[in-house]
Amino acid sequence: MKKFFKKHRNYVWVAAYVILTILSFILGFNPGKAVFTNFTQSFIEMITFVPFLFIIVGLFDVWVPKERIQKHIGQESGVKGIVLVVLLAMLQAGPLYGAFPVAYLLYRKGASIRNIFIYLGAFSSMKIPMLGIEIGYLGIEFSLARTLVSLPLFIGIGYLMEWYLKNRHFEVRDGSQ
Amino acid sequence: MFTNVLLPFLNILILVSLLLYFIPPSIISRYLGANSGVIGFSIAALVGSVTLIPGFVSYPIAAGLIQQGASYAIVATFMTTLMMVGVVTLPLEIKYFGRVVAILRNALNFVAAVIIGLVVGLILGQLL
Repeated sequence: MKKFFKKHRNYVWVAAYVILTILSFILGFNPGKAVFTNFTQSFIEMITFVPFLFIIVGLFDVWVPKERIQKHIGQESGVKGIVLVVLLAMLQAGPLYGAFPVAYLLYRKGASIRNIFIYLGAFSSMKIPMLGIEIGYLGIEFSLARTLVSLPLFIGIGYLMEWYLKNRHFEVRDGSQ
Repeated sequence: MFTNVLLPFLNILILVSLLLYFIPPSIISRYLGANSGVIGFSIAALVGSVTLIPGFVSYPIAAGLIQQGASYAIVATFMTTLMMVGVVTLPLEIKYFGRVVAILRNALNFVAAVIIGLVVGLILGQLL
């Protein structure tokens, strides 16, 4: 029994949630309905962007050889490498957790620690589709100020992480276990 | 690959939607509005870090906050912590980077987000 739960742990929550939601709708339990509304909003965000991210990751994986990536965003890539990962992140869309699998791929393909974390920073705050929405709601001044202040900070975080993790056998794992 | 990560993602979304039920946008707006000062700033940083609100929901909230007279520093901090720090997604992040690195990344990004909020507020001429 315990083993069964351990093996299907991921399914247990989803199943429980589905059952409780259906019950909420049948019994007219309002908090359950409200949670479901929140769920659909997040789910729409995920389902519109994340599969696209995976297609790009898949193509990237097959088409771009490891040596190329290592050369451009690897250990010795310098400023050019930083520019490249920031651009790569800006062209994408979706929630931050969608970038973790991409980070795993970048790691496997030989990207440097610094560039992996700079990628995550740029992904979280400089995606072009998100900037478009942000400018629409908060104005170009706000977006410009926020991005220009953020950029040096998350590059700094990249350097800090690299410095800290250099001799600590850091690895990015697959994450699906 | 996608189906492998779909399930952990769905679990996170369930957690997120439960959390958002307890911290709804209306409450957020009430505590981050005009003259909320240092307390508003702290709440913005904490709520932004813990929750995970999709962009197309959070930007309207942010625009509403500005209209209500909330300061740019508070709104920038709220948006930046939402984007860069994820306490609810930490279990997922740990699977990829390990516990120490995931916590370290979030902690560093939290500090960065606070700095970003303050500097953006300063630039736009409205600190707290």
